[in-house]
Amino acid sequence: MSDMAAKPNLSPGVQTQGGIGTAGVPATEHGDHLHHDDHEHHDQHWLWKYVFSQDHKVIAKQFLISGMIWAILGGTLSSLFRLQLGWPEGSMEWLAPFLGKWIVAGKLNPEFYLALVTMHGTIMVFFVLTAGLSGTFSNFLIPLQVGARDMASGFMNMLSYWFFFLSSIIMFASLFIETGPAAAGWTIYPPLSALPQAIPGSGAGMTLWLVSMAFFIVSQLLGGVNYVTTVINMRTRGMSMSKLPLTIWAFFLTAILGILSFPVLFSAALLLIFDRSFGTSFFLSDIYIAGQALSNQGGSPVLFQHLFWFLGHPEVYIVIMPAMGMVSEVLATNARKPIFGYRAMIGSLIGISLLSFVVWAHHMFVTGMNPFLGSVFMFLTLIIAVPSGVKVFNWLATLWRGNIRFTAAMLFSIGFVSLFISGGLTGIILGNATLDIQMHNTYFVVAHFHLVMGSSAFFGLFAGVYHWFPKMFGRMMDEKLGYIHFWLTFAGVYLVFMPMHYVGIAGFPRRYYAWTGFDAFSQFADLNRFISIAAILAFFAQFVFIFNFFYSIFRGRRATQNPWNSTTLEWTTPVNPGHGNWPGEIPAVYRWPYDYSKPGSDVDFIPQNVPYSKTQSSNFPYEQDAVE
Amino acid sequence: MSQPTTLQPPAASATQDAPRTGTWDGGNEPFKASYGKLMMWFFLLSDAFTFAAFLTTYGLIRHKHEVFVGKAEEFVFSTRWWPVPDKVFNAFPGLHGMDVPLGFVALMTMILILSSVTMVLAVEAGHRMDKNDVQKWLLWTILFGTTFLLSQAWEWSHFIHGSEKGMLMADGTTFFGANLAVNEYGPVLFADLFFFITGFHGTHVLSGVCLLVWCFIATSNGTFHKRGHYEMIEKIGLYWHFVDLVWVFVFTFFYLV
Repeated sequence: MSDMAAKPNLSPGVQTQGGIGTAGVPATEHGDHLHHDDHEHHDQHWLWKYVFSQDHKVIAKQFLISGMIWAILGGTLSSLFRLQLGWPEGSMEWLAPFLGKWIVAGKLNPEFYLALVTMHGTIMVFFVLTAGLSGTFSNFLIPLQVGARDMASGFMNMLSYWFFFLSSIIMFASLFIETGPAAAGWTIYPPLSALPQAIPGSGAGMTLWLVSMAFFIVSQLLGGVNYVTTVINMRTRGMSMSKLPLTIWAFFLTAILGILSFPVLFSAALLLIFDRSFGTSFFLSDIYIAGQALSNQGGSPVLFQHLFWFLGHPEVYIVIMPAMGMVSEVLATNARKPIFGYRAMIGSLIGISLLSFVVWAHHMFVTGMNPFLGSVFMFLTLIIAVPSGVKVFNWLATLWRGNIRFTAAMLFSIGFVSLFISGGLTGIILGNATLDIQMHNTYFVVAHFHLVMGSSAFFGLFAGVYHWFPKMFGRMMDEKLGYIHFWLTFAGVYLVFMPMHYVGIAGFPRRYYAWTGFDAFSQFADLNRFISIAAILAFFAQFVFIFNFFYSIFRGRRATQNPWNSTTLEWTTPVNPGHGNWPGEIPAVYRWPYDYSKPGSDVDFIPQNVPYSKTQSSNFPYEQDAVE
Repeated sequence: MSQPTTLQPPAASATQDAPRTGTWDGGNEPFKASYGKLMMWFFLLSDAFTFAAFLTTYGLIRHKHEVFVGKAEEFVFSTRWWPVPDKVFNAFPGLHGMDVPLGFVALMTMILILSSVTMVLAVEAGHRMDKNDVQKWLLWTILFGTTFLLSQAWEWSHFIHGSEKGMLMADGTTFFGANLAVNEYGPVLFADLFFFITGFHGTHVLSGVCLLVWCFIATSNGTFHKRGHYEMIEKIGLYWHFVDLVWVFVFTFFYLV
């Protein structure tokens, strides 16, 4: 405690800018967490301060920057296979210096095409939108918004990042081995993934993929138990569950989903490792390969799909729910209105979380699963439209007649709602087993999930970075560049995925390396080229963001303490909070996080740590009762 | 960004309003459990899903295989049907040639359950801050855990070496016992699942024993006593009970059903 209070300009009760100060509000933190203050050492070596740091804010930035590196890589891979899809007859000789032997006689090696698609999916889903998104913002925002000095266990939090780092290194290394990285799709269905002799990409690349994912799951678990425990045990005084910002609810439920679903992927990966390396037959039966009958008997590849999608479906909510939480927060702040239907928003998040565990087989309508089972999963799947609809209408109602400030974060949040609606509607189509059987192997599915979970989650990520950048780095990102980034990306995403829905519904198949040999598909050559151009341009637009991000860290306009006039606790910390977050005592919480434009109040936001006794003019009768 | 004017708070009420202090109102531990204990609970929850996935795999694969129909006396090992556990696991160390269906595994199970009892006693001694009793009960738990592991090693080695009859292979040779690719007792997946699931559980027991040894050393050094509480023993105890509970399920699935 003492060493923190000694820091300059961090006197307790700093006035929130333009708002109501925390001065005079007594807040003693609970004794159990006092030991977290021990983390603060002035003479820390830089290695412990910036590399093996246990400060949740530093770990969050580590996740963010790793996620950005992975995103650039994942985007590059997609540009490469979009080149192939857009110009299937074109020469790729110019890529030979970069791709080496994967360019054969001026053409992309078909095996490598599969590897590109596989790694693009793996990187984007796990390394960017799981680790990079919830790893960044759960770490950054949970302690700051619930009013805690740090995560429950800073050490395990650090381990979580370094397991992720190890997993990243292994996955990255797999890109450069001779037989190429894993190539059985990001869903690694056996038997293709279970037989090292099947294709080059099911050899060493697949082994590295599985090892990397095992470490990734450990990292997720270490992070997840920390997030959940922190939210349960470390909330500041007065921060009841019904006063938590929606971000925290989203991160909390996301972490629970991760804790319950990732271990099942771990099981599946372990069984697959045994099938590949130790001769077991869990997923293998009756296989002839290269004219030879394998001895494996009795296993079931569909079993793997069940295990995989038991993770795989919650995983898409692990990806989208943090984005939903952050978007709710950004929309309310920048519409200067309370979030519409706060409790319904929590309820729908819980509903989505529960439902996410009982819909996995809608990914498997074409596996030969019992059709009755299919109809059960169809029914459960379509129910998800209800909580999703609740969320969408609540976002729209929050915007309705709001006093909207079009910050870059706000634009991306509105863009998120748009993409979520567009992509969600096609989900209702695909959730129907009968329609899915028709669409399943077309680009319609690709377009659907890229809009609803891929691009949407990216928009949530961007909204989060633009919004919380001032808290992360003490400076503002450039708004103009933010606008350019938004419009290029927003237009780009729709220009890519709208035509893709069209070619998909017209029957254009997924996973084909070369499609020009089929008369039925060659009429889509122009559209495919259009999609490719749009995708590559949208990818390059992201460098505007990258530039803005790094430029602003060093040269951005200096941030004020509460630049968005927001109500949540993170903005009561100093501009550059040290380890421990609050220089003095942790503020206590008296009100919900959405007191924007409250009737009777002179200011259009009242922070959570302002007691009702200071806002007599705007108190509702029941709030007035609390002032006793 | 337009800044609103500063609000001049009205003359604040003389009374100081305090934040609410209910169970879930923040500033306390709603489950009355420290963060470490909560983390252990959540880890166990996640580990339970790992085991659940394996046991589901077991159930589905077993369901795919045929069942032997007929009198128990007429049962013979065949790759056509799932073996009857009574016939596979009927050996007992020192009782060569005698038919003791599930006798040894019942003993193993009892030893493991006993180790849970001694673990409870160690935790209880920790609450009393009785260092000597903690040490004593930890030692018993370590002993029982190790005995379980050794018994499992014996069970595995018996399973691997096989019966005296063996299985006639396609090339005319006779194969004895089981490994991950061949299994004289029946379908190869019976052996795969047996090795994998009991092995995975055994790994958990082994980790548990290592943790208990570490706890024993820390207790002997007085680390927990100086800390003022033996909560670490309690956390490791939670893990230990969980591993026992999992064994009950593994036992039920593999041996009883």
